[in-house]
Amino acid sequence: MSNERLLTIEDLRVDYGGIHAVKGISIDVPKDRIITLIGSNGAGKSTTLRTIAGVVKATSGSICFEGNELIGKTPDEIVSMGITLVPEGRRVFENLTVLENLKIGAFIHKYKLDDDLERVYHLFPRLRERAWQLAGTLSGGEQQMLAVGRALMSRPKLLMMDEPSLGLAPLIVKDIFDIIRTVNREGITVLLVEQNANQALKIADYAYVLETGDISMQGSGNELLADERIREAYLGKRKE
Amino acid sequence: MKTLDKKITYLLSAGLLAAAIMVLLYMDHNRTTYNYSLSILQRSAIYAVAAVAMNLLTGFTGLFSLGQAGFMAIGAYTVAILTIPVAQRPSVYYISGIAEPLAQATAPLWAALLLGGLFAALLGFFIGYPVLRLKSDYLAIATLGFSEIIRAFIAAPMLNRVTNGSYGLKSIPGFPSTLMVFLISGLCIFLMVLVIRSSYGRAFQAIREDEIAAESMGIGLFKHKQMAFVISCFFTGISGGMLAVFMRSIDSKTFQIGLTYDILLIVVLGGIGSITGSVLGSFLMTAGREWLRFFDNPLTIAGVQVPLFRTGFRMVIFSLILMAVVLYYRKGLMGTKEFSWNGIYAFLQRLGQKRSKTRPGKEGGNDE
Repeated sequence: MSNERLLTIEDLRVDYGGIHAVKGISIDVPKDRIITLIGSNGAGKSTTLRTIAGVVKATSGSICFEGNELIGKTPDEIVSMGITLVPEGRRVFENLTVLENLKIGAFIHKYKLDDDLERVYHLFPRLRERAWQLAGTLSGGEQQMLAVGRALMSRPKLLMMDEPSLGLAPLIVKDIFDIIRTVNREGITVLLVEQNANQALKIADYAYVLETGDISMQGSGNELLADERIREAYLGKRKE
Repeated sequence: MKTLDKKITYLLSAGLLAAAIMVLLYMDHNRTTYNYSLSILQRSAIYAVAAVAMNLLTGFTGLFSLGQAGFMAIGAYTVAILTIPVAQRPSVYYISGIAEPLAQATAPLWAALLLGGLFAALLGFFIGYPVLRLKSDYLAIATLGFSEIIRAFIAAPMLNRVTNGSYGLKSIPGFPSTLMVFLISGLCIFLMVLVIRSSYGRAFQAIREDEIAAESMGIGLFKHKQMAFVISCFFTGISGGMLAVFMRSIDSKTFQIGLTYDILLIVVLGGIGSITGSVLGSFLMTAGREWLRFFDNPLTIAGVQVPLFRTGFRMVIFSLILMAVVLYYRKGLMGTKEFSWNGIYAFLQRLGQKRSKTRPGKEGGNDE
């Protein structure tokens, strides 16, 4: 693993009308790592991801990806640069087949799809079995696989995931985190937003804790897992 | 479930197409007996183009627009103005005369249709800027408004020298051959199917399914909505142009809201999101309305005048049938499915299985 920076966020501010959702945060995402943002509801995690993806406009600050400024770019430009967001709540295209979902994932490039499809099917054999099934008929865990597979079809360098474990059974949540590790091992940098701090910190190389739009703490996954304040606030463990 | 070999499905499709052409040729040859049926079929084919164009927008992109009549009017007037023979123009524009640059402007039918489509598309492009930012019902209301504005413009006395205002345009030469309507309609629908099957078509469907997810995949929302809208307007314009040639005389009243509702009915009846459904729906609706004329004439059975049988009663029956269809087929006749030989084959297989189940001792078909 290198320490080369893939994405650098500096002093990012995002306002929705009068509300300051993100109040000047700075985040580094080194290449080939898993970086996670944890925090409670309304801390600004999703807003940060959506701003990187270009869906939400930043008020000020800079987001630098491989030396290029992302602020001011449109979502489709950002996807073509190699950043893909797996949106919160999976959002698969329910009335289309699994195969069609995957093909739409590759919308921004016109390469031959066969190799990409093969790669996704290799990661998720279940999707190959269900290629002709409508995505809406898949189980929650399978839909999350599809959402990740669909995002991988765009050949991202940075995969951003917004609460992938949301609303899934504990056993499946474990699978999802295994998937994230596997994707990362394939050489894709992952920026993960999670409320499930315990699981997220376990797989993360580095983590940021967001509180009402500010970074309140940061450190390696293990450091934060051991931190008393984190344990109390996010892991539900009381001080002795 | 067994499926059919691809070659066989192609063969079946070619067979069906050939049969349809043969029937049309036969009817065309015996015009005197089949003139009425032929004109119903022609109108159906023209409506089918507009219905598929609406379905492209509503069923596949998820944009509910009610501007059909307006865009059809653009196509119709373009075609009419360009194809009315120069010699007859003074008698058509007998009230206020024709505007100078238009007096000599003519185009062959194909070029006029294409131009009609292009004008409708161009207008769609500009209207798209403000209205495509609206969602669902608001988009429908805004496009409905635009359609009425177009109609009002056409009927405006200030445009008398272009559109002949409320007097309408007549002496439009008809189609040189009956089959041409079906040929052009078929070509238009085929082109729209190609669009829907392409990666752009998939992008449209992604937008229909989930805008946020589509945007995350790098699909520019506005750009692709605009694209679907312009393509739909183009074919709606062509359909309007064909309607003008078919009717041979048009005026602004031809393009009232009622026309839009007819197209909408066809789309809903056939199934929102099904191309074959729209085609089927347009033939059923156009033909159905004519068949029901039976109810418009007073009927006397055994010397007793049957009550209610009088002019306008067919529309009551028609509405009742529509209600029944909508109640029993919530998603239209075809739902979101398309007609396919494999679908029919599977249906026959299921039928066969049922029969073999009721008669024990016989082996059932293969499952899955």
